[in-house]
Amino acid sequence: MQGVRRDEYHDGHAAFEECADRLPPPKGRDVTGFLLRRLINYVALCLIATFFAYSAAALTFNPLARYQMRNPPPPPEVIENLRQELRLDEPIPLRFLHWGAGVLQGDFGETITGQPITMELWSRVGVSLRLLLIGTTLGIVLGVALGALGAIRQYRPSDYAGTLFSFVVLSTPVFLLGILLQFAAIKFNDAAGTTVLYFTGETTAGFQGGFGAALLDRLQHLILPTIAIAFTQIALYSRYQRSAMLDVLGSDFLRTAQAKGLTRTRALFKHGLRTALIPMATLFAFGFGLLITGSVFVEEVFAWYGMGEWFVRGVQVEDVNIVATVTLFVAVLILFSGWLSDVLYAALDPRIRL
Amino acid sequence: MRRTEDVLAPAGSTGDRGPVLEVDGLEVSFPSEQGRVQAVRDLSYEVRAGEVLGIVGESGSGKSVSSLAVMGLLPEQAKITGSIRFRGTELLGKPDTELSRIRGRRIAMIFQDPLSALTPVYTVGHQVAEALLVHGGGRVSKRAADRRAVELLDLVGIPNAAARARSYPHEFSGGMRQRAVIAIAIANDPDLIIADEPSTALDVTVQAQVMEVLAKAKEVTGAAIVMITHDLGVVAGIADRVMVTYAGRAVETGDVDELYTRPRMPYTIGLLGSVPRVDTGQRQPLVPIEGQPPSMVDLPPGCPFAPRCPMEIDACHDAEPALARVDGAGVDGAGVDGATGHAAACIRSSEIVAAGTSAAELFGASSAHHTADPDSRDRRPEMLRADGLVKRYPVTKGAVIRRRVGTVHAVDGISFDIRSGETLGLVGESGCGKTTTLMQILELGAPMGGRVEVLGRDIAGLSRGERKALRRDLQVVFQDPMASLDPRLPVSATIAEPMAAHGCSAEHIRRRTAELLDLVGLRPEHASRYPAQFSGGQRQRIGIARALALEPQLLVLDEPVDDVFSGPQHPYTQALLSAVPVPDPAVERTRERIILSGDMPSPADPPSGCRFRTRCQLFTSLPADRRQRCIDEEPPREAARVDGTPRADHEVACHYARVHQVL
Ligand SMILES: Nc1ncnc2c1ncn2[C@@H]1O[C@H](COP(=O)(O)OP(=O)(O)OP(=O)(O)O)[C@@H](O)[C@H]1O
Ligand code: SF4
Ligand SMILES: [Mg+2]
Repeated sequence: MQGVRRDEYHDGHAAFEECADRLPPPKGRDVTGFLLRRLINYVALCLIATFFAYSAAALTFNPLARYQMRNPPPPPEVIENLRQELRLDEPIPLRFLHWGAGVLQGDFGETITGQPITMELWSRVGVSLRLLLIGTTLGIVLGVALGALGAIRQYRPSDYAGTLFSFVVLSTPVFLLGILLQFAAIKFNDAAGTTVLYFTGETTAGFQGGFGAALLDRLQHLILPTIAIAFTQIALYSRYQRSAMLDVLGSDFLRTAQAKGLTRTRALFKHGLRTALIPMATLFAFGFGLLITGSVFVEEVFAWYGMGEWFVRGVQVEDVNIVATVTLFVAVLILFSGWLSDVLYAALDPRIRL
Repeated sequence: MRRTEDVLAPAGSTGDRGPVLEVDGLEVSFPSEQGRVQAVRDLSYEVRAGEVLGIVGESGSGKSVSSLAVMGLLPEQAKITGSIRFRGTELLGKPDTELSRIRGRRIAMIFQDPLSALTPVYTVGHQVAEALLVHGGGRVSKRAADRRAVELLDLVGIPNAAARARSYPHEFSGGMRQRAVIAIAIANDPDLIIADEPSTALDVTVQAQVMEVLAKAKEVTGAAIVMITHDLGVVAGIADRVMVTYAGRAVETGDVDELYTRPRMPYTIGLLGSVPRVDTGQRQPLVPIEGQPPSMVDLPPGCPFAPRCPMEIDACHDAEPALARVDGAGVDGAGVDGATGHAAACIRSSEIVAAGTSAAELFGASSAHHTADPDSRDRRPEMLRADGLVKRYPVTKGAVIRRRVGTVHAVDGISFDIRSGETLGLVGESGCGKTTTLMQILELGAPMGGRVEVLGRDIAGLSRGERKALRRDLQVVFQDPMASLDPRLPVSATIAEPMAAHGCSAEHIRRRTAELLDLVGLRPEHASRYPAQFSGGQRQRIGIARALALEPQLLVLDEPVDDVFSGPQHPYTQALLSAVPVPDPAVERTRERIILSGDMPSPADPPSGCRFRTRCQLFTSLPADRRQRCIDEEPPREAARVDGTPRADHEVACHYARVHQVL
């Protein structure tokens, strides 16, 4: 505790200020160090998560069963070959290390049908990320807006409408929501007399056309699954934002802001919303995890070939490498979003001391 | 409409002595489940330029609501009628956008609780600068506003203002935050500052600092001030006129000297009697006003104070007395404009003979305030003795690997003893270690350093059973009554709990509970109520009843008790006493206050020698050679000398102790 400053004279009085520098604002370096440490923790966690998924899959899956059950059964040499190729006789940690070494070099191994995973990986990541990123962004922005408005207009019809929306969406399973949306889209397309909203795949198979037309086509495919994803997020965030905002609405500092001449609206946004966002930072990471689970169903329902759909497929065909790869992807995403939450939190709240 | 433009135009047209604010027949009500809450009823007053109006009343009397109405900051569900004119312009009914141009620029407000008054996520400097920017209309640059913010913070006494402007509110103490709020209030040189209990939430020395800063703010801006408080002592020195409110109405208004010396309404007399007097030199009983303010829903006809009024007669219940002149001019119910003269709302005000009626007589104070005879002290048994008590907390850092980076010296070698029949006050500023000391004793565990004896037994060597037996004789009433009562237990269960824990019979518990309720002034039917249904004062009484349940030998009350010291010798004691406001305008204006500067030293890094020296008013007046002793040597606590003879019951730890009359 150095840096005790003593101002011999202040304002005519001799004033020794022991406390003046008692709590220095956190240094930028401290925050960076903290975030770095967190990052290292997260890398370790990713490894552990993937290892567990890999082990669990390797223990339960029997990829050879499909071949043995074929009629006529393939010759034993083929099966034996496959067993060798898949390294089924080696201990699981060794297999994991082998796979992990490949991952470090950008090679995620092969599927049991012999396709390199890496090839398919990036296109699937692209498909999933498109859905997830747009869904989260919309979810956060609209959820925060809906929640904040609900709090400001508490007990008005708009607030009740928002509450009703949230509860209905939150109590509807995602796959049901997807199916309902498809149903609504059919009605909508009928009414429009042409297909405006597509609900299978992320693009029309064999689509021919210029860049603009292709973009439009993708957009038409994107709308429904994005709504399905975003709705749950909006519903979740708006509830939390509403209550965080209500806490802030009655606060003294909001009154001070108005007393100094800010209009109510301006005070609400600059002082109220800004403060009410702090607890949300932690929630975003949590919400993102939920989102990934939800996206598995959405991808299934809308036949998007993303990571979620791949995972389901991987389990069906008992493919350890696919399961491990998707798990790694999810772990990285979740932990990255957790890290982002920390960054956000540190940025939003000056009170956290690191 | 010329007037309107005037108010919204840039400031600067001050100087005329006309009324700044005129409130006329203001009524504010809120919807509630029981019916409409009439928070403010027919309230009229005016404030002239440069004048200080004190508004005084008990909690819930509508003080805050009426001033928030002026600011246009009441919640939407409030129904407001009447008239609020600022420099002739009607404010009621103006849209928020127009009001926001007046707020903070022509009328500023300082709020009750400084701890939460600043937005936690912006720096203090930013929040002060914001007040300038929002009214600057683009003419003020951000740089200029920041610079001015530092000047303002410096003006209100924030040390090292340029650096501190970059701090966040949580890095400021309560007193510093309130200074920052005052800086915001004076930023645009307003015509009117409304201060809503600006010092209530702060302890007495900081309170005095804040009042000093407010007086300075008034000097600098020349603004009229509306000063709201529940303590007549606080406004005595600063106010020109005082308005006393009760149940949402003004019940007495008058010139400050007139009102304090010749109060004409029993409620005012009661308020004056309930403020401790440190100036009179002798012990005087505090005279509480019994009972609670009435419910603001469905007030019965007649004087709202009647249920608590010692002078109440049948006629008081006929109609609510109007605020009428009592100073001779325009006698007999003639309405008062609220600007001048002395008026009271009491049908018997003419009988309250000027200057003669004291609160003690009127409210029949029970002078049961008996104190132990100091001469028999040696013969009385010792109930509690602390010897060099020490409590330190480690300061740690790091989340994964905790390491010790320092030590907080929360209590550092405190010694005292209490003998049977005595009351010992442990007095000090907030954060100075009072509660820690008490907790250390109550724990009945071996202290970190020093020795504690309770009822003659060293607590370090107690067995479990002995500890439990001793707890029975040692009871505590905590500072925050609500936090120490279980909200889900009815009061009877709360009081019965310690008796049940010590195995008393059900019959005994029932009898004793009734006795205790009566003893602390609660009604028998209160027994089945829950803590939330009581006021703050009543909750405190529940705590006391509970503590008394087992007839303890030693009662510990964790709450500052204002007591009268006759010859304070330590400069810190003198400063503490000097900060206590006195409800007498003449005394307040002339008394020389010792204002402690700054905050408590950090307990993690106390100064060498005398701990108090960094803020000591005596230290600064000493020549350098004598100061050195304070820096090098920690003063021992020795018997105080009065006229050369040491006193057994008065000790002081100051190298240069001497009696200094603070009043
Ligand atoms: N928003 C509200 N809704 C309902 N009743 C309210 C509201 N605000 C205040 N009141 C009521 O109005 C009355 C006056 O409250 P006010 O805050 O003005 O008291 P006060 O004189 O400032 O008291 P204190 O000294 O405790 O600050 C109280 O009975 C209070 O319960
Ligand atoms: S009118 Fe009656 S009840 Fe009211 S203050 Fe006067 S004497 Fe007391
Ligand atoms: Mg108030």
